Amino acid sequence: MSTYLSNNWETILTALRQHIWLALVPVVIGFVVALPIGYLGVRFPWLYHPLVNTCGVLYSIPSLALFVFLPVVLGTKILSPLNIVVALTIYTVALLARTVADGLRSVDALVVQSATAMGYRRLRRLIDVELPVALPVILAGLRVATVSNISLVSVGALIGVGGLGQLFTRGFQLFYTQPIIVGIVLSVALAGICDLAIVGLQRLVTPWTRYQRGAA
Amino acid sequence: MITFDDVVKVYPGGSTAVDHLSLELPTGKTTVFVGPSGCGKTTSLRMINRMINPTSGRVLIDGKDVAGQDEALLRRKIGYVIQHAGLFPHRTVLDNVATVPMLLGKSRKQARTAALGLLERVGLSAEFASRYPAQLSGGQQQRVGVARALAADPPVMLMDEPFSAVDPVVREGLHREFLRLQKDLGKTIAMVTHDIDEAIKLGDVVVILRQGGKLAQIGTPQELLDHPADEFVAEFVGRDRGLRSLSFDTAAGLPVRPLTEDLVLDDAGRPIRWSSGEPTGGSFTVGDSLRLVTDLAITSPVGIAVRVDADGRADGLVPHHDLVDHLAERRAAK
Repeated sequence: MSTYLSNNWETILTALRQHIWLALVPVVIGFVVALPIGYLGVRFPWLYHPLVNTCGVLYSIPSLALFVFLPVVLGTKILSPLNIVVALTIYTVALLARTVADGLRSVDALVVQSATAMGYRRLRRLIDVELPVALPVILAGLRVATVSNISLVSVGALIGVGGLGQLFTRGFQLFYTQPIIVGIVLSVALAGICDLAIVGLQRLVTPWTRYQRGAA
Repeated sequence: MITFDDVVKVYPGGSTAVDHLSLELPTGKTTVFVGPSGCGKTTSLRMINRMINPTSGRVLIDGKDVAGQDEALLRRKIGYVIQHAGLFPHRTVLDNVATVPMLLGKSRKQARTAALGLLERVGLSAEFASRYPAQLSGGQQQRVGVARALAADPPVMLMDEPFSAVDPVVREGLHREFLRLQKDLGKTIAMVTHDIDEAIKLGDVVVILRQGGKLAQIGTPQELLDHPADEFVAEFVGRDRGLRSLSFDTAAGLPVRPLTEDLVLDDAGRPIRWSSGEPTGGSFTVGDSLRLVTDLAITSPVGIAVRVDADGRADGLVPHHDLVDHLAERRAAK
């Protein structure tokens, strides 16, 4: 194992870097896109169910199919990492738009009402009150989206762009287990670290949740 | 002064919540809206700060129609307290109270300093400042709610069932503090409650509404108790309204008889017990209500209420038959 590591550490590191990039850029873009979409699902209640259904359908598209199908739609090369980024962004949006909507819906109506009565305008109320109060739900969704993206990137290896997933394909092609083990360990570790990072972030930005008794 | 000028509110679907309501809420006084559910009391309250807009008619604050005013700016000048307080769970107690001053453009530091003073004002020590609402009891949350509404020193306060979510003992305490605060501050307050006892206790003016948003009667608590306009009001203020009306008259006009040897006093002249060994069961001063005197007279084992002066020295006796005569005269005089 150590010989494999010392001989291939550069390849492994490049794969890891690519994996992080491919998984997390879509999380950031997806989050930014999901915020207004989720908000619309709350602002206009009739939009909520269509939104949830659309998100469900999008998330159920098999990733490999999306990776292969996207170049046709986007006009990108089949090996372009952009395909992976766009596909994972779609999954992230599908997960987070619903989470944002559910988070905002979880805000106690009395809290929104009292904010309005104190003279908050709609946008500032959203930013100062509704989003912060919805954060625990939204961040829980963000954890799922992040971990899900980290595992989905590997599938991209089947079309040639897949971060640590390329270690799997190489291992299978060469009947050689070491890159597979390294790939699994690293992607699990990456998922764990990102998950912990978000939990840490949540502790930091929502200190008040520690005192919540039962369901808020 | 807040004026309702022929205000009507019809909700989509055709149900009438408020039906041609015209009344005035005097400046510096507490006006309590009370009535059965569906009487439009909360709708009426929310038309004052434009949370709800009337279908027709006008609501004016100091002669200015609220309809022409920017909603957010109007609301920042009107304190608002609701049931369960509606505190922001993600903000500390201090920052909850600092909310409106900050909306009005005060710096965080200024707003927090002012907020700290207000906490004290509503009876919360500074140690609560850094807590989150979830760490407070219901009564404490309600105090923070009141402090938050007072933070920008608004001339007008709206209170929607502010004390109904806490247990009776806590409510009693909050009532006392409310009356004390209002005596100091003299805000123009519009309050909603479903509890007629609360309305009578806290209101300078009580507005009784009936189902369908019609005004049944407006008046001081004593007017409503002594002269209910109709059967509905009489029923609503309660069967014991005669007794409750006694809360608003003091014992000042009540004749007393000189002390007798039947009452045993200590060296300072304070009553200890009756010579028969029975306890006196308490005493009253001239400032106390006729209701208390009545209670003392009927619970006293000898049927006599004992009056004391400011130092607690006995200075007169009221046998219950004297009290009955006095009440009869009082009734005849009204």
